[in-house]
Amino acid sequence: MIRVILPAHLRVLANISGEIDVEPEGNPTISAVIGAIEARFPSLRGTIRYHGSATRRPMLRFYACNVDLSHADSESTLPDAVVDGSEPLLIIGAIAGG
Amino acid sequence: MSAVRVLAGTRKGAFILEADGKRDRWSVEGPFFAGWEIYHINASRVDPNRLYASQSSGWFGQVVQRSDDGGRTWRTMNNEFAYDGVPGTHQWFDGTERPWEFKRVWHIEPSPVSPDILYAGVEDAALFRSDDGGEHWHELAGLRNHRTGSGWHPGAGGMCLHTILFDPSDAQRIYVAISAAGAFRSDDGGANWKPINRGLHSEYIPDPNAEIGHCVHRLAMHPAQPNVLYMQKHWDVMRSENGGDEWHEISGNLPTDFGFAIDVHAHDPETVYVVPIKSDREHFPLDGALRVYRSTTGGNEWEALTKGLPQEHCYVNVLRDAMAIDRLDSCGIYFGTTGGQIYASPDGGDSWNAIARDLPPVLSIEVQTLV
Repeated sequence: MIRVILPAHLRVLANISGEIDVEPEGNPTISAVIGAIEARFPSLRGTIRYHGSATRRPMLRFYACNVDLSHADSESTLPDAVVDGSEPLLIIGAIAGG
Repeated sequence: MSAVRVLAGTRKGAFILEADGKRDRWSVEGPFFAGWEIYHINASRVDPNRLYASQSSGWFGQVVQRSDDGGRTWRTMNNEFAYDGVPGTHQWFDGTERPWEFKRVWHIEPSPVSPDILYAGVEDAALFRSDDGGEHWHELAGLRNHRTGSGWHPGAGGMCLHTILFDPSDAQRIYVAISAAGAFRSDDGGANWKPINRGLHSEYIPDPNAEIGHCVHRLAMHPAQPNVLYMQKHWDVMRSENGGDEWHEISGNLPTDFGFAIDVHAHDPETVYVVPIKSDREHFPLDGALRVYRSTTGGNEWEALTKGLPQEHCYVNVLRDAMAIDRLDSCGIYFGTTGGQIYASPDGGDSWNAIARDLPPVLSIEVQTLV
């Protein structure tokens, strides 16, 4: 089970509060985790990654274990601490504005 | 008892205002979708409880919302707007080629025949249709694939398809307008399109009389006179007598003919409203005085409507989709500003009241007349 913390706007959109747990299919990668999020919360399809290309939206970032995974291969396995549930995957809206 | 419902899209959410037919006391509900840009919220004319909203964000992209109970509850619909085939390129501001890329829905227009059929005008400019209430979308690609499509370029606000009009006398006829490509018409239900920009004159493009490239800000039509179209162009207020085949200028005595919004009185096809804005460099009213101008002669002769509107120190803008009318016997006119005010006139523009004053910048206004 992977713990995920979503940005506040997406929690509202999905009608959830707090962090969520998802069970990705196959290898626990960023891509698989997002796929599991989209399957459980269809209203989030297209909001984290683009339809079609499945690439990350440019103003979102992925953090875990104090490491920026935004530019990591989305098919690479997540850190052990995320996979064993001791650390969450954070999906963060990039800071912008004044 | 009749009632009026105002649907306001703003930079930070949607608001729904309601009043009875007197239109002197308004309730305000919202914000719905707080924090998100609501480019447009619109209602079916067939089913007044069916609403659609275009919700977008620079972070999270496009969301489409639907309500089946007049805005009390909402559900998220399909947000996949995939261009048909290989999209190709259009022109960028500097004339270089730029791939077509979906950014957002500017305008949602439910069809006049079914609440489940709706059209979406998007940026980069294209027209999409849903036949199942927003569950799926497909592009009416004949528009973007018009031979001129690769030559379209954006206006300052983006290359947006912002106006969708249906001809009530001909179910096959649809008009759209794109900034900054111009106006287009389909006579076969959206399969094929032709530019309808003859008579437009735009000094800011290499050929001022070109077939495309005109920054059309808004089109308006009265259902009783569907061949007559009104246009607020970047500069110039225009009129066509023949479904857009030819246009002539009706700016007449307007103090400035730059602006965004234009609409037609509910019961008089020759009564037209615009909100003149100083210039394309200074997007605020001339002399800091917010004035709606009304022509009761189909253009050229305009009178300033000022009663109840701020006449000094007013530097707001009124965007292209931010004016609408109701259909009560005494026609109501409504517009929203980038300062967060919504002004309403229950008497055809003679007098105005702010029915909301401190909302986020208003992007769009639609009005439902409920009986």
